[in-house]
Amino acid sequence: MADASVSSSVGVTSRTAPSAGAPTGRGSGHKLRTRLVEVAFVVPAVVYLVLFFGYPVVKNVLMGFQAYTTKTFYTGEAPWVGLANYSAVVGNAIFDRTLWNTLFFTAGSIVGQFALGLAIALFFHKRFALSGVLRSLILLPWLIPMIAGTAVWRWILDTDNGALNRILSAVPGLDLHPNWLTSPQLALVAVIGVNIWLGIPFNMTILYGGLQEIPEELYEAGALDGATGWRAFRHITWPMLRPVVTVVLVLGVVYTLKVLDVILGLTNGGPANSTQTISTFSYDMSFRQFDFGQGAALGNILILISLVFAVVYLRINRKAVDE
Amino acid sequence: MARQTARSSARRGTRAGLAALLVLPLALGACGGGGGSTSSGSSDTLRVLDYYNSDPNKTLWNDAIMACGKTVGMKISRESVPGETLIQKVLQQSSSKTLPDVLMLDNPDVQQIAASGALAPLDDLGVDSSGVAEGVLSASTYEGKLYGLQPVTNTIALFYNKKVLEAAGVTPPTTWDELKTASAKLTQGEQYGFAMSNVNTYEGTWQFLPFMWSNGGDEKNIDTPQTAQALQLVKDLLDSKSLSQSSVNWTQADVADQFTAGKAAMMINGPWNFGTLDKVSGLEYGIVPIPVPQAGGKTVSPFGGEAWTVPQTGDKDKQKKAAELVQCLNSDENEVKISLGTGTVPTKPALADQVTSQNPNLKAFADQVPDLRARTGELGADWPKAATKIYTAVQNALVGGMTPEDALKQAQNG
Repeated sequence: MADASVSSSVGVTSRTAPSAGAPTGRGSGHKLRTRLVEVAFVVPAVVYLVLFFGYPVVKNVLMGFQAYTTKTFYTGEAPWVGLANYSAVVGNAIFDRTLWNTLFFTAGSIVGQFALGLAIALFFHKRFALSGVLRSLILLPWLIPMIAGTAVWRWILDTDNGALNRILSAVPGLDLHPNWLTSPQLALVAVIGVNIWLGIPFNMTILYGGLQEIPEELYEAGALDGATGWRAFRHITWPMLRPVVTVVLVLGVVYTLKVLDVILGLTNGGPANSTQTISTFSYDMSFRQFDFGQGAALGNILILISLVFAVVYLRINRKAVDE
Repeated sequence: MARQTARSSARRGTRAGLAALLVLPLALGACGGGGGSTSSGSSDTLRVLDYYNSDPNKTLWNDAIMACGKTVGMKISRESVPGETLIQKVLQQSSSKTLPDVLMLDNPDVQQIAASGALAPLDDLGVDSSGVAEGVLSASTYEGKLYGLQPVTNTIALFYNKKVLEAAGVTPPTTWDELKTASAKLTQGEQYGFAMSNVNTYEGTWQFLPFMWSNGGDEKNIDTPQTAQALQLVKDLLDSKSLSQSSVNWTQADVADQFTAGKAAMMINGPWNFGTLDKVSGLEYGIVPIPVPQAGGKTVSPFGGEAWTVPQTGDKDKQKKAAELVQCLNSDENEVKISLGTGTVPTKPALADQVTSQNPNLKAFADQVPDLRARTGELGADWPKAATKIYTAVQNALVGGMTPEDALKQAQNG
């Protein structure tokens, strides 16, 4: 008993500390010490946030308003140019295209990842022989280094010698050799397809966890009332899974908006900029053309878009906590 | 009660200590990122930075650098980083004032870095560049001053599969028309007649330049009939299926793979592939200059390779020694030795015979040296913008459904 009261008073809130019965004479010193402990616990988090999130974000926002080039690194001079970087990137011939590509890429990836992830999660929710092993194998795309994954996909999707087109050509009566990665009409579809493959494990894992949380009794009670199969999903699974679904979708959008490696590995934004998104465009500006100012401006536009979704996520989360 | 309080405050002390400990690695990590561990080194050591991190370059250069270190009487501390990280490293070192004493740079980057003020003019340090081809020097010259000295160079040419061409009764093409007919004739079954890289990076631009330049095109303004004709040639090859559409996604390494796998009878590529090609049993290849628009024309190609520079480190004496090292790396003897070892050609045309007599495959490349053109010769530090325009136009015309004229006009006007 005594131990429990002690541990509950330690460093949590100063309100509970006096109830531990400290002599009033030592109250102020005691309070100060409690305060110090609190600060000591907050400091690591604050230092971490400022160092690894605050500084880069502020730096990036500032860079967006500067003429920041290779010269800047040596001289330290980065003249302020107001909105010139923003007007330059928005006025760029391919900006509209990258915006639409970002939109299609994100929407397409999320819809595909979520639908397939949910289907697989539901499938594994029914336990069967080897289901555990198979479920772990589904996580493979997550474990393969992204660059290796995209290299293999590049080979699979190659027009002349790729595995996919070889299989297609083996189908009798089908004379198809789609230029998966080299036709501007198909490349974005192909890239979305690969990104869906990459995103399935994340969606499946979280949704599967959500499914496990739903009490079995609900299904038993539902079954007595005639709710089985699709109706059980519609009236029990889906409403119970809603909070998890929101998390998966919002996090998915934020992760997908900034995807870089998949696109760089598969098409490098090509052909003819057909898979260029804001994030690949930003990378190109900063690290290939060395115009760090314009690259930062694009990065900031992307941050702004992500922020909208992050706010949506926080609001939904708060609502869920309030309820 | 009293005992309890004492115990709990003791625990509080420990926890506060633990919390403070947690901060420590973060603070240390932050220092590590900015400061870097490189010291300026002792006064008798020259720090050298390059990206020759794989053989044969790694060993050959290491031998040359160490030998030159002995010649100039300095110890050497050499660091080799992966190629794609070199510029990042240089920029980091620029801002932390920890640049090495001798720095290797890819030739199109020299002017960009020189423009930032990080490099010392070599003329002031007494470096002698006589005998080096004009075009090569122009890449390392910024605002009238020489900032880098490049011992060896490479460029691209047309490789062809001897057996395949012989079987088809085709002689290696020398003009654009011949290239078209030969490619069409050599395209059979799973084999394309011709392969080149039209990828959307500077690599694609580099491969397109010989066609553009040999026809009188210019990077200052790509919206010209000359450049449009060059682009039309590549588009014709692609549209007639003599060139795979996959070329818009091929790097030069992919192109070499196609050639060695027998999927392409001819390819545009460089001498750095000799090692790979020689390992393929039964493959006999020949090399000729890249075909020109009309018979008797001259091939104008860009050149590759790296230049050695001396960064502004503030230590005048060491800079003098560093310049001596650069001079030594560019000696006739080293140029020949490194050319033969790495499949490149000397930048001094007078040394060409010494190299081609020992490796005839290098002849097609060595012959081009006097006429080689620097990518940054006209535009200097603005070259990356032009290079982006060129590969964008190439892709738009090849697969983006635009005519070469429209694609070039759109790219030129941004």
